Amino acid sequence: MKTTVQEILDQYQDSGRDSLIPILQNVQEKLGFLSEESVIEVSKFLKMPASKIFGVATFYNQFRFNQPGKYHVQVCRGTACHVLGSATVLEEVEKHLKVKAGQTTKDKLFSLEVVACIGACGLAPVISINGEFHAKVSTDTIKGIFDDYKNREE
Amino acid sequence: MNLTIEVNNNILTANQGDTILDALNQNGLSVPTLCHMKGLLPTGACRMCVVEVEGRKNLVTACSEPVLDGMKIKTHSGRVIESRKTIVELLLSNHPDDCLYCERNGSCELQDLAEDLHIRERRISGQKNKYKLDVSSASIVRDPAKCILCGRCVRVCEEIEGVSAIDFVGRGSKTFIDTFFNHGLNLSTCVNCGQCIMVCPTGALKEKDHICEIKDMLSDPEKTVVVQYAPSISVSLAEEFGLASGKNMVGVLNAALRRMGFNFVFDTSFSADLTIMEEASELVHRVTTGGTLPMITSCCPGWVKYAEEFQHDMIDNLSTCKSPQQMMGAIIKSYFAETESISPENIYSVSVMPCTAKKFEQQREEMSHNGISDVDAVLTTRELARMIRLYGIDIAKLEPELADSPLGTRSSAGKIFGTSGGVMEAAIRSAHYFITGKEMVKFQVKGVRGLEGRKEAKIKIGDLDVGVAVVSGLKNAEILMEEIRNGRKDIHFIEVMACPGGCINGGGQLIGTDDEAVKARMLSLYDIDEKDAIKVSHKNPYIVELYDKFLGKPLGHKSHHLLHTHYQKRFVN
Ligand code: SF4
Ligand code: SF4
Ligand code: SF4
Ligand code: FES
Ligand code: FES
Repeated sequence: MKTTVQEILDQYQDSGRDSLIPILQNVQEKLGFLSEESVIEVSKFLKMPASKIFGVATFYNQFRFNQPGKYHVQVCRGTACHVLGSATVLEEVEKHLKVKAGQTTKDKLFSLEVVACIGACGLAPVISINGEFHAKVSTDTIKGIFDDYKNREE
Repeated sequence: MNLTIEVNNNILTANQGDTILDALNQNGLSVPTLCHMKGLLPTGACRMCVVEVEGRKNLVTACSEPVLDGMKIKTHSGRVIESRKTIVELLLSNHPDDCLYCERNGSCELQDLAEDLHIRERRISGQKNKYKLDVSSASIVRDPAKCILCGRCVRVCEEIEGVSAIDFVGRGSKTFIDTFFNHGLNLSTCVNCGQCIMVCPTGALKEKDHICEIKDMLSDPEKTVVVQYAPSISVSLAEEFGLASGKNMVGVLNAALRRMGFNFVFDTSFSADLTIMEEASELVHRVTTGGTLPMITSCCPGWVKYAEEFQHDMIDNLSTCKSPQQMMGAIIKSYFAETESISPENIYSVSVMPCTAKKFEQQREEMSHNGISDVDAVLTTRELARMIRLYGIDIAKLEPELADSPLGTRSSAGKIFGTSGGVMEAAIRSAHYFITGKEMVKFQVKGVRGLEGRKEAKIKIGDLDVGVAVVSGLKNAEILMEEIRNGRKDIHFIEVMACPGGCINGGGQLIGTDDEAVKARMLSLYDIDEKDAIKVSHKNPYIVELYDKFLGKPLGHKSHHLLHTHYQKRFVN
């Protein structure tokens, strides 16, 4: 049985290190994130130290290194949201979920990502959870929003 | 000298093909640098070395720009100074203001730059860096908050050591240096060589401290505290005390260690002789019985871990001999404990090493007997210097003393272990005797001497033509291993050291160790060899006695138990 990553690598048989980014994009598309194991496989394939691939991948915002949660939370840090206090929102969300941006909660329910403007500036500060926008978020409303999602699970 | 340039209104000459920086240096001029590393390709990343070139709109980086005929250069114009100053001010703006508590207080390039550029007020203030310390490694502590992202550690780790344990992670103002998936050095491919510490301009990288524990042990009346020092230590301390590089300070070193309270002072060069007895015998055994060849030395723990990670298929080629540090440790807690009637639990065994990887080696599980570790703590040369100051010892006032008997007497073969090629030369001297029954006519093996990263020689031992290779810097080892794998059969014995030039340039040596210092240390070791009466390990009378009274014969039962080890494949990233 070939792993998903091996199947992807098969398509890159004759290519070298310059295919690194396309390969990683492909892997993320299939797995939803770049797992440690997948990066190690890519590193063996390209004969490139795994630490270097990790370093390169962290340079790009598009790559995630944690399995996405059931609900993917995006906190907007665009200009409009920033002006209306998105920094405090992010801080509060991190505190509430007990994870930092880029991480996934232990129960795998929520993953947290910081994004630039998501085109809903009128609703600033805004967070999106699996594509659903939550407008004019404040430290007071955050708990309620997440409780709502948690309740759906019960 | 075929170009004419004008620097700060002076006419100077320069070589075609050099960089502006080379040209300036050759003329005795200097500009500050940060990312630049001698011998490696320039990246032009930090812009600390900028100069003004007439006709060029932007300032140019001297370290990466080729010098051209007729160039008119200003190295310290107002614009240049202002630009450098801003770079340093930006570096300071997020830097923790921690100098008083910092390892590198007094030997920090960032402090020097701030001072040289006369930065005496805070014009830019930024958010201070906050990162977790990485204390996962047995050898090295990383403090990313103090990192100024010069990239030198990343480059030395990749280009000199072929390890790539660390890299830039993240982007923009969030960039820092880290390991694969932020797992910490302990779980990375890091081989603990410490070369990253040697190139780090700040206190972002340092060794794991063993001073505190040793201090406690020295004041514990129950403990017999013994110390051994590596062959290179006595020739690597001079700069610390304002003396000329390479000066052999072995006598005062013995005295200083006793002043600190060590009960017995031993010389690791003695156990280097012991290593040679075992290793040369092993080589002879392999050659005569068709064992795995080429045999590769195993005294450098940086190399050993590297081999376990990256060269699994060569593990059988590694000599099974423990390193001199560990042989001494094992002998101290067996033979010495027995003869002095001290129980091994009550012996606290310290070693002084030029090396951070020795801290890792000391705690490997193979390096203990019945749950008692053979060596208890390892000091780097830097830590030794710190301890000498801590105990208020004035080196200039000490009279030289001898090390303790019997584990303090060496041949000069054991002493040259400290330089690249030394182990090889010492082993050849004894192997020659073991095979032919005769001493070599001339002991010097010129072909394996010198600081080049790779040396090869053919040596005639009786009827045998023995091919030997000596490499230092693990990148060079990687290349050689690949050649062996691809079918090279003309090499029978290989010496590998992780640090370029060997332990005289080890990752535990004094900060500021440069090419000249390394060369002076090497020459000093060979000078000691030149002047010594006993130049071969097998003629060290105390080694002979140790075999007679205790060990039996090389590769014998007791040796096997105490002096040899095995290796494991490691899977890390
Ligand atoms: S100690 Fe050596 S192997 Fe480890 S990170 Fe530093 S340079 Fe790389
Ligand atoms: S840890 Fe030291 S050597 Fe490495 S990038 Fe930071 S400042 Fe430079
Ligand atoms: S070359 Fe010497 S100092 Fe460097 S890692 Fe090896 S044993 Fe230690
Ligand atoms: S800035 Fe947040 S949606 Fe545009
Ligand atoms: S030293 Fe020249 S750019 Fe860094």
